[in-house]
Amino acid sequence: MTSVAGTAASPAISIRNLFVDYFPRRILTDVNLDIPASQITVIMGQSGAGKTTLLRCMLGLKKPSSGSVHILGTDIVRASRRELNAVRKQMGVAFQGGALFSSMSVAENIQLALREHTSLDEKTIQIMTRIKLDMVNMLAAENLMPSELSGGMTKRAALARAIVMDPKLLFFDEPSAGLDPSTAAELDQLMITLKTTLRMTIIVVTHELDSIFKIADHIAVMANGRVIEFGTPQQIIASANPEIQGMLNRKPRENIVDTDAHLRRLVGG
Amino acid sequence: MRAALEKLGAVVLGWLEHTGRTFNLLLLVTVELLQPPYRFYPVVRQMYFIGARSLTLIVVSGLTIGMVLGLQFYNILQRFGSVDLLGAGVSLSVIRELGPVMTALMVVGRAGSSITAELGIMRITEQIDAMDCMAISPSKYLIGPKLLAGLLSVPLLTMVFDFVALFGGYFVGVVMFGVAEGSYVNGMIDTVEWSDVRIGLEKSLIFGLLVTLICCAEGFYMHLTKAGSQGAEGVSSVTTDAVVLSSIAVLYSDFLIEALF
Repeated sequence: MTSVAGTAASPAISIRNLFVDYFPRRILTDVNLDIPASQITVIMGQSGAGKTTLLRCMLGLKKPSSGSVHILGTDIVRASRRELNAVRKQMGVAFQGGALFSSMSVAENIQLALREHTSLDEKTIQIMTRIKLDMVNMLAAENLMPSELSGGMTKRAALARAIVMDPKLLFFDEPSAGLDPSTAAELDQLMITLKTTLRMTIIVVTHELDSIFKIADHIAVMANGRVIEFGTPQQIIASANPEIQGMLNRKPRENIVDTDAHLRRLVGG
Repeated sequence: MRAALEKLGAVVLGWLEHTGRTFNLLLLVTVELLQPPYRFYPVVRQMYFIGARSLTLIVVSGLTIGMVLGLQFYNILQRFGSVDLLGAGVSLSVIRELGPVMTALMVVGRAGSSITAELGIMRITEQIDAMDCMAISPSKYLIGPKLLAGLLSVPLLTMVFDFVALFGGYFVGVVMFGVAEGSYVNGMIDTVEWSDVRIGLEKSLIFGLLVTLICCAEGFYMHLTKAGSQGAEGVSSVTTDAVVLSSIAVLYSDFLIEALF
């Protein structure tokens, strides 16, 4: 029987037997995960653990080699384009680099989904844009172009764009990467506010420990393409898994076991 | 021997996949454009970019090519005492051949390359993924208006090119070398048939579609090629590929159309 990480009765996202290959490398190996609704779940792990690939599978951007990804009841791996788009309209995504449309101002970036998917009048669109910009403390940057924003402002603008349709699910890729501690803390607080006020299910991919333990209700720890542990922050801290303890104590990976063999590999012998 | 054959097979398969992907994109965009909502403003904006902003280049190159043709034809025809045929020679060359081909090549260099670069940068900075995640079809939103604008702008630019090139030939022949105005104009009217004008315009329609399709596909599918993992260098590489492929496509399809019709 497959062991499933996560215990939620009706999860927002349910992943089963997920394998992803970038031929000839296997990136994800038999990932099974249930992500509970209306909570913040952090996917953590070292670089190259498969976090971003797992996120891309959940967003429908990467077709897995096998397995299923059920989001709000729809298996997006086998869904038609129409079904996938119906799910995506209930999702918001803030990419690591922001991915703001460079030819549009901050306000136009935020308004795009409203214009494409709703029949709201211009005045309502403008008001909704300002409300979302105010939520991320970016009202003054409404008319700036993405190239004029700092790293923190870009992330906040991307977040405003992600939440403009009041999605049920919010995905956030590396929210704190490259930010100063106070901006990172602001973003953390914002995610907690979104969860409590709008009851959003938030999935955050990060390896920033300070941020993880501040925001997470649940943590999925990944290593070598597998979910090796899933639990509350307390359960993760108490884990006996040495790999997890290594990550929590910021210890370098001990990859080089056989020094002679490693040296031979380096010199090509 | 076997290794060489395998390599050749891989190249052919790669090329077939590439071509299939490009025409699949055309099919996808056509189907999407037929579905509402229909938006005209993005098409007008792209027509301004592909068409209006290429106008100076088209006028300058059309005038130069017309004048060069006028000079060449005048020198040749003078040897046989047939300078009366100057208008016929210039107009047939321009309307049927040089107009559509040169306009398409100019559009590749000016607008096609920037279309590929724009889409390539959008791909590597995850802007296209972001659009996908917003349930907005990137092919309809980004490529549809460009394809329609290319299809409409290139024939219009070709007409401008033809007109200016004919004037260039007229300037050299009539104003500079004193060929009789009547013989230049009548030569044009008597020689050029409606079928020549029609083929010229049909060619420009096909070239417009080919050029924009290839340039869009190269940038849009950049992530599926080796260039996809090379960042800025990758964008420059697919942009060069797009220019080369579009130019070859224009020249070969010109030959095919001439051979078949």
